[in-house]
Formats: sequence, structure tokens, C-alpha cells
Amino acid sequence: MVDPVAASRLQFAVTTVVHIIFPVMSMGLAPFLIYFTWKEIRTGEAIYERLRRFWVKIFAVSFVVGTVTGLVLEFEFGTNFAAFSTFAGELFGGPLATEGMMAFMLEATFLGIFLYGRERVSDAFYFLASIAVGLGTWLSAVWILIANSWMQTPRGYELVNEGGQEAIRLTDPMAAYLNPRFQYMFVHMQNSAVESVALFMAGVAAYFVYKHYVRGQEIDNPAFWLKTLKIAIVALVITAPLQVLHGDLYARHVYETQPQKFAAMEALWETDTYVPEYIIAFPTDLSHILDPRAKELFGIGIPGGASWLASGGNPQAEIQGLNSFETEAPPVAIVFWAFRIMVGLGFWFILLAFWAAFRWHRGDLVDDDLLHKAFMGSSLLGIVAVETGWIVTEVGRQPWLIQDVLLTESGVSPDLTGAEATFTLAGFVGGYALLLVLYTYVIRRIIKHGPPEIDDGSESVDAPTDAPPEAEVSVDD
Amino acid sequence: MIDLAGEPLFGLPLPAIWFGLVFFVLGMFLFLDGFDFGIGILFATREDDHEKETLLAAIGPFWDGNEVWLVVFGGALFAAFPSVYANLFSRYYLLMFAILAALGLRGLAPEMYEEREDEQWRRYWGYSFVVGSALTPFLLGMFAINWLTGVGGIVSIPGVLGGLAVVALTVADGAAFLGLKTRGSLRDDASRHGIRAVAAYVGLVALTLVAIYVTTPGLQSALLSVPVIGLVLLSVLLAVGYVVATRQGEYHAAFATVAGLVAALVGVIATAMFPMVDRAAGVSVAAGIVSTLPLNLMTIMMAFLLPIVLSYFGVLYSVFSGPIDAEASYG
Repeated sequence: MVDPVAASRLQFAVTTVVHIIFPVMSMGLAPFLIYFTWKEIRTGEAIYERLRRFWVKIFAVSFVVGTVTGLVLEFEFGTNFAAFSTFAGELFGGPLATEGMMAFMLEATFLGIFLYGRERVSDAFYFLASIAVGLGTWLSAVWILIANSWMQTPRGYELVNEGGQEAIRLTDPMAAYLNPRFQYMFVHMQNSAVESVALFMAGVAAYFVYKHYVRGQEIDNPAFWLKTLKIAIVALVITAPLQVLHGDLYARHVYETQPQKFAAMEALWETDTYVPEYIIAFPTDLSHILDPRAKELFGIGIPGGASWLASGGNPQAEIQGLNSFETEAPPVAIVFWAFRIMVGLGFWFILLAFWAAFRWHRGDLVDDDLLHKAFMGSSLLGIVAVETGWIVTEVGRQPWLIQDVLLTESGVSPDLTGAEATFTLAGFVGGYALLLVLYTYVIRRIIKHGPPEIDDGSESVDAPTDAPPEAEVSVDD
Repeated sequence: MIDLAGEPLFGLPLPAIWFGLVFFVLGMFLFLDGFDFGIGILFATREDDHEKETLLAAIGPFWDGNEVWLVVFGGALFAAFPSVYANLFSRYYLLMFAILAALGLRGLAPEMYEEREDEQWRRYWGYSFVVGSALTPFLLGMFAINWLTGVGGIVSIPGVLGGLAVVALTVADGAAFLGLKTRGSLRDDASRHGIRAVAAYVGLVALTLVAIYVTTPGLQSALLSVPVIGLVLLSVLLAVGYVVATRQGEYHAAFATVAGLVAALVGVIATAMFPMVDRAAGVSVAAGIVSTLPLNLMTIMMAFLLPIVLSYFGVLYSVFSGPIDAEASYG
């Protein structure tokens, strides 16, 4: 039996780590789908219709699973973190309700039209529907990140005592909602979603391009996959450098607003100047090898690197160590390594983007089999980077649930029993494993099935007027 | 500049309005996703694969949007009555996760069903679809009645009866929607099931109210109040209206009576509960409401967005109005 606090935290970790995959897919696909729809309508070229109809299937599955797993998170604030919800509901409930009304409703209703309504509405309306869906996914992120960023840099509130219970009282909504962290989080998250989807598209497309152009095998749609690869490369060339440049600003902001998290990212225990940026670090004592909070570290790093990063150019800058805080340090090793994986991947994606752009420029994009293999191997690494980024954000904030205001252990539902929490935790571990298997299975099938065939010659995208009912059922009618 | 932190906007009784709004949103969910659940349950009555596909096609463009009303219900309760949201959801901890599991199954099953055509796969996901569609309204009904009575455990006699009543209501809802969306034997059979379901609903509601009366002394006077009795009588009339309309093939009217039945049901629960919002914790609407500044902000947000959101649904339902499978009907 796990105690209710640990079980609730683990359960929230499991449910968010799984959930974030699906919004990344839908938020990242949204701009591509809008682009495909626009090009389809403007040019009438069949390839754009095929691009839209192929990728919208993946969008639809991601959206459904994202709805199912997202509702879980909304409920968990009440079920597992009732004390937090009571304490901070004033600030936290509003953005969640607004997300539902402003974003989710827009996305879900127009998705019905976007998926099933191509022949039922005009071109212009259909294009508007694609924008409504995309806007909905991105507005969702606005409100969810407002809620989350407020937990990182809480502003615009006061603490009040109501009948012996402390609670948050909203005093300045603008300061609270547009708290300092919000803009960093929003740019970083949205760009990473597009980047992750670009990597996924490139990986899938590279598989078919490699098969056809390098191995000389016959495939159904070589032109379709080459086009997909090129679009993905363009997106990657834009998003990959932006992500790292912006990440640098973000890290500095974390240093200024959450020094404890920054110290954990750098595994720095004692306040110091000339702090190196470790590339790797390990406990020197083997008995501490599994202790995430081990203090005696052996590391290889760039001298003054972390000081330089934190201060924006000064290698002598002083950085506060974990020992200077009154609260227990976050699980340092998790934060430290997650940060390194994320940053490492960020640089790898830049390399990949420019490598591909170079080959494309030289006109031998299809021939570079090593590049294709690199893309294939990297198809899910964007998601990995997002996951590790969120681990830095959320684990790095520990032991605080709301930075410097509420400890995580104080936020858990007071009446929750260990048995209940352990039971649902086990259910989620099993259920979500199954969910991921099914999701992967469906995505693989969609990819294997490939893009839909379209009657060539006819510029019209109208289906026959008396299409069989099956045609209306499936997304790819 | 209006002082948003000082007084409720325009001196309106915002706590009571938000109490009503939370139930309105719950009602929207029960009515709209209700027909999805009902069609999911009626899915069990069909053998023919083409008919099953037709049922899935009937809810295809709608169910996702319908489900968002539950998201908004959670969000609105959280935003307007944070401690009630927290107490309620943690009190019925396992029930809430059971609802999520059932809803997840319902959402996933049609997606999976479509994925492959072999018989065993479809049989399994077909079952999942039916089970998810039946369990979700049952558990939601239990939740709503438990919330009203404030019972400590999850399983209570009024809760179970209320759950069954909501299941019956969703079947009637689904049947009425199929009246609009299908033709031929599919529609005729659905109508027969719908009529039985609405009769069962009236009986189950009566039993639920009796069970609440017997088990919860604190609610006896509320149950005998004029508005509650009026709403119950109205429900009987609406149920009769449902039967008449369905028999005459007036499916729009039948569908409208379901909307009335749902409104009456959430109306009964809300009226019996008021002025409390969480009887078990002894929290009244006035005590549980969020402080004035966020309350005013949320009110502005809702006043602005609710009409817009309703118009989205208007657009969605009009784009997909009419039968899904006209060719297959009698000609």
C-alpha cells in the first residue's frame, strides 16, 4: 500500500506524462492542417487534400485520446488534491472553466465539421472550421498554461484566513493570469509541439522515402511522402533554432524566479561563483548511486558555464546552492538529467534541421540514407524532449505545489485513504499502458494504410452524392 | 470603471445564478451526451453491421462536443464553488474515477471499432461501447443523487435507482435522436425501445424520490415543496408527450420532450438541494461561493461565451441535420 500523498503524486505524474503526448500531437498538427486545407482550397491540387485527409486522421485519434485523458486531470484536482483546490480554487478554477468554454468547445464542435463535413459546407466555411479547430487547441494551451505558470510564479493574490483555514484570494487578475512565467511557457510549449510534430512527420516520411528512393522498393505514394518530408523540414528549420534560443531566455528566467529549481537543474548544493555547466555528473560514492539527492558529485563540465547561462554572459556570477534553501531539495538527479536530455535533444534537432536543409539545397535530399535513418530514429524524440521539459518544470518545483506558497504534501485530499489512492494508481498504470498500446497500434495502422486515394483528373473534391453510409462513418471518407 | 472586487455585478444574486448555471451545464451534458449514451446502449439491440455503422455515424460529428459539457461542468463547479468541487470529488473518489473509466471506454470504443473489420475485434469493441455508454449515465445518476442526499458511501439505494433512471432517460433520448437520424426498421425499433424507456424512467424517478424521502429526513420537506411536485408532474406530462410524439412520428417533438425531461430532472435536484450546495459538508450556496472578484470575472466570461458556445452547437447540428442514411430507408 502506498501512502495517499505519494500515490496521488505518482498518479498525477503518470496521468500528465501520458496526457501531454496527445495535446502535443493535436496542437502541433493544427498549423499543418490549416496550411493543407488552405492550399487544397486555393490550388485544388490533390496532394494537399491527401495531406489533410491523412494527417487529420492522426489528429482525430489524438484528440479523442486527449479528451479522455484530459478530463482525468481536471477531475484529479478535486479527487486527489482537494486541499489544493480549496486553497487555490479562486485562482485555479477560473482558468479551467474558461478553457472549457473558450477553447475546448470551439475545438470539439468545429472538429465535427472538420472531420465529417467537407461536402456539407462551402470551401470558405470549411477553411474557417480548420482555423476554429486549430485556434481551439492553442487557446486551450493559453488557459492551461496560465494555471500552471501561476503555480511557478504566483502573482496577484493575497493569503487570507477564513475560519482558521488559509486560502488564496485573487486581488489582481491581470497580474495573476499574465504572471511572469506565462509568456515563456506558452512560447516554449507551442513551439515544441510544432517541432515535435515536424519530427514525427519527418520520421514517418523518411521511412517511406528511404524505402523507395534509397532501397528502390515500390511504394504507393512516393511523391506524397517526399512532399511531407519537405514540409516537415521547413517547419523544423524554423522551430528547432527558435526552441533553443528561447530556451536560453527561459532558463535565465527560471534562475531569476525559481532559484531552487535552477540549482537542482545544475545539481549545485553550495552557493558558488564560476559554477560549471556539467555535461554529466555522478555521485562519487557508490552507496548514493540511486539517491537522487546525492551531494558528492563527480562531473565533467564547462567552467563557468552555469553562471554564464544564469546571468546571461557572466561566468563569475554567483548561483545559490540547494543548501541555502530552508525546504528540502527537489529530487536533484531527475531534474538534472531531464534538463540535460531536453537540451541535448534541442541541439540535435537543430543539427538535423540544417543537415536536411543542406542536402535539400544541394539537391540530393532523397539519397542521403544516413539522414533518413536519423529522421526515423528521431521521430519520437520531440515528444521525449517535451516530457523531459515538463519533468524539469514540475519535479523541479518540488517540494512546492505553488512555488513558496503551498507544499505539495499539504495539497493532497485530507480524507483520501492509501487503499483508494493505491487502487486508482494501479488502475491508471495498467489502463494507461493499454491506452498507449492501442494509440500506437492505431497510429501505426493509419500510417501503414497510407494517404487516401483520390480520383485524379477531377479537380473537384466532392464525393459522389449517394455515397454509401460507410463512407460517412469513417474519418477518411 | 466598475469595482469588480466590491459588489456582485449589477447587484445580481450571482451565487444563486451560478448554482443554477452549474446545473444548467450538467443538464446540457445529460441531454446532449445523453443521446450518445442512449444510442450506445441501443447499439446492443442491433445485429446487422450496416445498422451498427449507421448508429456510429449518427453520433460521429457530435459526441466530442457534447462531452465537453462535462468538462465545463467540472470547471464551472471548480471556479464558482471551489471547496464544494474539492469536497465532492474527493468524497466520491472511486465513483469519479469509475465515471472517467466508463467515459473513456465510450470514447475509445467507436474509434477502435472502426479500425478493423474482423468479427472478434468488432464484437469486443462493440461490447465496450455498450458497457461504456450504459455505465457512464448510471454512475453519473448515482453521483447526482449522492450529491443531493449527501450520503457518505458510494452505493446507496436512492443513488442506484437514480442511476437507473438516468440510464432510461438516455435511452429515450437516443431513440428520439435516431428518430431524426434514421429511417426504416432501425427507427421503428428504436422508437419502441424509447417508449419503454420513458415509461421506465417515470417509474424509476418515482421510486428514487420515494427512496430519498425514506432515507433522508432532511430532504422530506424539500421533496414535498410546490416546485418539486410541479416538476415531477411536468415530467409525467412530458413522458406522455414523448410517447404520443414518437407514435405519431413527430421526432422533433419527441426530442424536445427529452430536453424538457432533463431540465425537469436537474431542476428537481437543484430545487431540492437549494439553498445548500453540499449538504454532507453543511455548505450553503452563499457560503460556498467564490469571492466577489473571481465571481464577477467568471460571470462576465460566461455571459460573453455561453451564447457563442450555444451558437457553435447550432451550427454543428444544422450542418449535419437530416437523416444519415436516406438511401437505405424504405423507398
